[in-house]
Amino acid sequence: MKFSILVSEGPYTHQSSDTAYQFAKAVLAKGHEIFRIFFYHDGVNNATRLTTPPQDDRNIINRWSKLAEENNLDLVVCVAAAQRRGIVDDGEMKRNGKDATNLAPGFRISGLGQLIEAGIQSDRLVVFGD
Amino acid sequence: MLHIINKSPYDRPALDSVLATGEGAILLIEDGVYAAVKGGAEENKIKGAMGKFKFYALTVDLEARGIADRVMDGITAVDYAGFVDLVADNKTCQSWL
Amino acid sequence: MTTKKFMMVNRKAPYGTIYAWEALEVVLIAAAFEQDVSLAFLDDGVFQLKKGHNTKGIEVKAFEKTWGALEDYDVTKLYVSQEALAERGLTADDLAVPVEVLSRADIGKLMEEQDVLLSF
Repeated sequence: MKFSILVSEGPYTHQSSDTAYQFAKAVLAKGHEIFRIFFYHDGVNNATRLTTPPQDDRNIINRWSKLAEENNLDLVVCVAAAQRRGIVDDGEMKRNGKDATNLAPGFRISGLGQLIEAGIQSDRLVVFGD
Repeated sequence: MLHIINKSPYDRPALDSVLATGEGAILLIEDGVYAAVKGGAEENKIKGAMGKFKFYALTVDLEARGIADRVMDGITAVDYAGFVDLVADNKTCQSWL
Repeated sequence: MTTKKFMMVNRKAPYGTIYAWEALEVVLIAAAFEQDVSLAFLDDGVFQLKKGHNTKGIEVKAFEKTWGALEDYDVTKLYVSQEALAERGLTADDLAVPVEVLSRADIGKLMEEQDVLLSF
């Protein structure tokens, strides 16, 4: 079965991104496919590579990047939500005249249409938020 | 359909809204698992709804909160694989954020 | 393109958090994708529709005009929980746009009919 996941909260403050990550792993372990994981609202903060948690804590961002690399996942960050919250890739840096980027590996910034497409293409879409 | 509740019943009234929808499966995750505790304020409401709804709670969230041994009868503890199965087995799911 | 039934379930009050506003952005995109879009307003979500928002003082964009624009996108299915209105001392007359007021049970039935439920 084809799953997609919407993550609506940032890392650490809410449990949602932890739950979404564990759920995604379980989906793959069960042999299902993940069409896309979409990050919206403060969920876009899951995609900043500048995060530095204490060494004895989980690194939520690296964990997503690794999961994406190992399973060839499509991690999409909503552009409008990202612009509001300062999540920037090369294209956004140039377009908006910023002086840095912070998008973590394995993520890409794109439009909300990607969420709707995930809803259309997937058998199930599960929302994790607060 | 599957209803996913992640809020403590002492914080937000998601459970009332879900029960009013009619029937289905309810999965308690994150702080939502506090509703599963025996002797808690929601016990009668949940027991009364068991004819129409099947209740599940995510084991790791129960364990994390030290309440895995306090779950009321009739609520099934599930792991993440069980969570995936519940989503797959129900045509739609609504997260009551 | 495949058309699916999308329902946006709004349960949060406006302004206190951004969810309601960003939910509206999803509604407009879903409509642009020519999906079968409906909106359900439950619990505090009904406050989003209250008439007469004046957000000058908090310097946040107001909702009211956007509700009117939904019709231009062919989004006309707005379902509001009767119980949520009553609990909050509101009636349909207090709302900025025409809606269909339904019991929570009837909205529950509509939820069952959807392909995708997006909750905000």
